[in-house]
Amino acid sequence: MSLMSQGAGLPSHAVADGARLEPSLAGVTDFIALMKPRVMSLVVFTALVGLLVAPGHLHPVLGVGALICIAVGAGAAGALNMWYDADIDALMARTAQRPIPAGRVTRGEALGFGLTLAAGSVVVLGLVANWIAAGLLAFTIFFYAVIYTMWLKRRTPQNIVIGGAAGALPPMIGWAAATGGTGLEALFLFLIIFLWTPPHFWALALCRAGDYERAGVPMLPVVAGTRETVRQIRLYAIALFPVAIAPWLIGSAGPLYGATAAGAGLALLVLAWRVQGSGREAKALFGYSILYLFVLFAVLLVDHALFGPWIVGAHAG
Amino acid sequence: MDDKRDDDRNDKGGVVLTEEQKRRRRARSIAIALVLGALVLFFYVITIVKLGPNVLRRPL
Repeated sequence: MSLMSQGAGLPSHAVADGARLEPSLAGVTDFIALMKPRVMSLVVFTALVGLLVAPGHLHPVLGVGALICIAVGAGAAGALNMWYDADIDALMARTAQRPIPAGRVTRGEALGFGLTLAAGSVVVLGLVANWIAAGLLAFTIFFYAVIYTMWLKRRTPQNIVIGGAAGALPPMIGWAAATGGTGLEALFLFLIIFLWTPPHFWALALCRAGDYERAGVPMLPVVAGTRETVRQIRLYAIALFPVAIAPWLIGSAGPLYGATAAGAGLALLVLAWRVQGSGREAKALFGYSILYLFVLFAVLLVDHALFGPWIVGAHAG
Repeated sequence: MDDKRDDDRNDKGGVVLTEEQKRRRRARSIAIALVLGALVLFFYVITIVKLGPNVLRRPL
């Protein structure tokens, strides 16, 4: 889809960059909204856990600096996503009030904002922590903005499965910031979020299928129907269960984490099995999935504090 | 409203901002100033932490 054609359905102020120069209507809160602060908070939290449970040592001030860079990088990816998706955002009730479709921010402003934050966050993370972490952050922004947003989102119902890799990378970036590399434990943190993403987003998509259909986004419930979506939600919930307890199984996390991952995973399976369509059960699964990820990573952090560093980690010694 | 602004442009040879646009521009300017100030502080602190004791090792 060409960039020009994406202007359909947008207020003239949001589209006609350069055609007629209008004073900006953007407020500070609009630029904050462009960074998707709720998504950013999850990114910062998972990156923080990755950074703190990693066996390396990073000065606390540099750790905070690295987290700020990761947060800004996530914000950049969000702004670039809103820049490209402004046309379909205007068609969906959930996103119609975002700054660009609402006409408060022009697409040019969003693009410039996103690119500036992206370049700045990557360079500063390289200087503050190391260039492995910076490279991972750059890859994450690229993956979310280009691979997911521009390529997959409008073309395949597997969009959020593959695109989920971008959301799964932050703990690995935090790990890399602390250690200068990655490891098996970081890979498991990545896999947990990667496998968590489909049940989480498809539960939401079941409730919002009409929105996605109107916008022409081929989400699984739109393309394959409710029954197939529920089947795949259950398959990913099953796959997630052993991966979530793997850090305990390989001796990288303690029993507190293992018990929590098993209990929370069972609850996720039960909720996934209750889902039949777009009703209350799907909303319950969506809500619980957010709590699940938060609890899992929070307990990993607590477990790490109680039982010491990764017990048999690949980086031990 | 738009017609009035266009007329103002023609009369004065420039863009005339509404009160709301002025208010938002001022808010953006303040936010940019705060971010720049925070960046200065951020780079200063990071530099000191990264250099550590070396910050004192310099020819007098």
